[in-house]
Amino acid sequence: MALSTERLGLYNPEKPMENRLTDLGPRHFWQYFPPIIQNNYGKWKYHEILEPGILVHVSETGDKVFTVRCGGCRFMSVEHVREICDIADKHCDGYVRFTTRNNIEFMVDSQDKMEALKKDLESRKHVSGSYKFPIGGTGAGLTNIVHTQGFLHCHTPATDASSMVKSVLDDLFDYFQGMTLPAQVRISMACCLNMCGAVHCSDIALLGYHRKPPVIDHEVIDALCEIPLVIAACPTGAISPAKTEEGKKTVKIKEERCMFCGNCYTMCMAVPLADKEGDGVTILAGGKISNRMSPPQFSKVVVPWLPNEFPRYPDVCAHVKRIVEAYAKDANKYERIGDWAKRIGWERFFEKCDLPFTDHLIDDYRLQYDTYRTTTQFKYTEAAWEVSRAAGGIE
Amino acid sequence: MAFEPREEQKELKYQELRIYSDDELHNYTEEELKNFKVKHPIPDVDELEKGPWPSFVADAKREALHRKKLADDRMLINSECVEDLLGQLQVSFDDGETHWKHGGIVGVFGYGGGVIGRYSDLQEQFPSIAHFHTMRVNQPMSKFYNTDYLRAICDLWEYRGSGLLNMHGSTGDIIFLGTFTEQLEPVFYELTHVLQQDLGGSGSNLRSPSCCLGKARCEWSCIDTQDMCYELTHYYQDELHRPAFPYKFKFKFDGCPNGCVASIARSDMSYIGTWRDNIRIDQEAVQAYIGGEIPPNGGAHSGRDWGKFDIQKEVIDLCPTKCMRMEDGKLEINDKECTRCMHCINVMPRALRPGLDTGCSILFGAKAPILEGAQMSVLTIPFVKCEPPYENIKEIVEKVWDWWMEEGKNRERLGELIQRYGIPKFLEVLEIPAMPQMVTEPRSNPYIFWKEEDVPGGFKRDINEYRARHKR
Repeated sequence: MALSTERLGLYNPEKPMENRLTDLGPRHFWQYFPPIIQNNYGKWKYHEILEPGILVHVSETGDKVFTVRCGGCRFMSVEHVREICDIADKHCDGYVRFTTRNNIEFMVDSQDKMEALKKDLESRKHVSGSYKFPIGGTGAGLTNIVHTQGFLHCHTPATDASSMVKSVLDDLFDYFQGMTLPAQVRISMACCLNMCGAVHCSDIALLGYHRKPPVIDHEVIDALCEIPLVIAACPTGAISPAKTEEGKKTVKIKEERCMFCGNCYTMCMAVPLADKEGDGVTILAGGKISNRMSPPQFSKVVVPWLPNEFPRYPDVCAHVKRIVEAYAKDANKYERIGDWAKRIGWERFFEKCDLPFTDHLIDDYRLQYDTYRTTTQFKYTEAAWEVSRAAGGIE
Repeated sequence: MAFEPREEQKELKYQELRIYSDDELHNYTEEELKNFKVKHPIPDVDELEKGPWPSFVADAKREALHRKKLADDRMLINSECVEDLLGQLQVSFDDGETHWKHGGIVGVFGYGGGVIGRYSDLQEQFPSIAHFHTMRVNQPMSKFYNTDYLRAICDLWEYRGSGLLNMHGSTGDIIFLGTFTEQLEPVFYELTHVLQQDLGGSGSNLRSPSCCLGKARCEWSCIDTQDMCYELTHYYQDELHRPAFPYKFKFKFDGCPNGCVASIARSDMSYIGTWRDNIRIDQEAVQAYIGGEIPPNGGAHSGRDWGKFDIQKEVIDLCPTKCMRMEDGKLEINDKECTRCMHCINVMPRALRPGLDTGCSILFGAKAPILEGAQMSVLTIPFVKCEPPYENIKEIVEKVWDWWMEEGKNRERLGELIQRYGIPKFLEVLEIPAMPQMVTEPRSNPYIFWKEEDVPGGFKRDINEYRARHKR
């Protein structure tokens, strides 16, 4: 059966339940495994990264599968997907896969095929010059940045996603195509605290953040929102019921209690937070998912706010680069950014990354005590001398 | 070992399914693309075509030109929608604020998820994206595809949508970006009837479960991640499509503790493959690593000169439990003390392999910061055998859901509910005893909520009896 071209296709709005199929779930995965994957399922013995972006997996049967990993944009057009299909048809018997981090993986069963595939991929560029399929993203390097929708498709962002990711990856492109870091670096980007990108356990997380309390649309709030739900949505109890001068039901906000999470706006369109001057980017660092050596870690806020400089975010890019380069220079082999910061002490991390430490970076929310330092073990840095001077302890 | 689908899958052949002819698919030249200008001035968006990383703008322009050159009756959404989207992006850069309206309740009949309403707030300026709804299409497990399927999806979405998508969204679905309300049901009918393919989850539902690539191409996977993910996704279709939960619920399946799909940080119920016997050692390969014949960590560090591989420094000393040593030229592991962190296996994949008695650990409650702060999943069940059809796991799932649906507040994730009630209550729900592995250390306060039945004689006492012993 061909895809239909009738305006409403197979759907009859007169009888919406007629012939309705539901609960089919996703299609079955086995048919999408290329033969070399089917034949060696569960039999893989070891793997090796032959060069950045190129892996070989060796099976107990002696079979080898060569994988070429390419960076991809999460946001893509059907034209791009068709080009991916052309490549897969030409080199990979019509099979291809995508990774969790929006990379594209082409697999072939011999070294010769891999070389041809690699050459083809490297030759493909957009007319304006950027690579279509940059090879890399493996081993002790930088892999693709996972991200959220931003201005392209979301109603709550505090910054844009695709443009920031493009800018940061242009800047760090050599790290994507190389394996020169102490360990892998996972950068993730979410354009608001809702974090549909769940960036909270990344080596470096870029997070869009609001800094102005909601502005209230008194005209419509009572008609469009459930006021009790708006009030209940606030984690700090900053929102309470109120009446306008005309006696309309609305809410008022204790501004000093607002932590700009935007949860009220998620519940109610009449309390928007977005603001050109208020919105910007928070940088977090030192998180990870893997259980390797140390347990998984949350990322910690290391830069409280940077401005949204569309479309290239020079300040954000510079800060990310500074952290990556300080880490590359100083960390031990196998050490992730968070492991490195823990070993040298966060005071030293701020010094080495040349990042100012301000009171914004000290937790004053619910679990703040967990982060208090309750020992006399610390290192002297310029920040420490400044405190001693301010306290009159030294000249 | 082949896996079978629950229901027969008809084979999809693009040649039988296709909408567009070859001529229509190749309807512009590179020269035309170079000279193509979108209808709105977009200087900052154009800027994003520079630089080596793939430009999403350059890609979107291809689609814009392709649509422009298709005949008007060869698509059902205005051909200018991509140009309008880029135009609106420029206005968003200028204003420093998004121009998508808040929410919009749309969907397909009988489902409470899978479709997310989206409307532009600049509809006069950008009429072709006045509606720009999202449809989530449940991805095949671990995102392997063939081109027949992908090409069919492309034709469908170019004809009935914007031709723009995400491969893939954060949770794992294929995301169709941008169509009008009228086309939601037709797209759903094409997906289900022609492609035998369902939508994914959104809202207070089970979200589309996802998994790592598992045994398909990884030597470390301790579980059949795809099969578990497929089975649980299909078994819980009702929960995936019809919202009955306090909030979203996510399953993610990682084949080993390296955690490639981030289940420990991103899922309410995290399944992480592990083993309970011994790490397999190939002593000859250990020697080959020591001798420098095999690059450590699968060659992951080959971009820099880190000096000669030193097994003591790079493996034995970095073992978090210090359970390894070299003895008479042989590597010894005290597996009883091993916590299976994967470091030694990652460094020497040809010498060390996970054990053969495998299953998964189950952890609960991860989520992003909204609202009470981010949480990672808590280790709750140390080891479970994973054999199809995974009845033991389904039993656990249902106990958890019953409790959460009963006690969870509106928009309260499982992790928050566990914190509100405490792990001891959660253990009662699961009908399992406590173990020290659930915490990093025991509590430091003695504020134990003793229950009446714990204490001999119960809580009911007579004050007069007390006073008989103690004067006021």
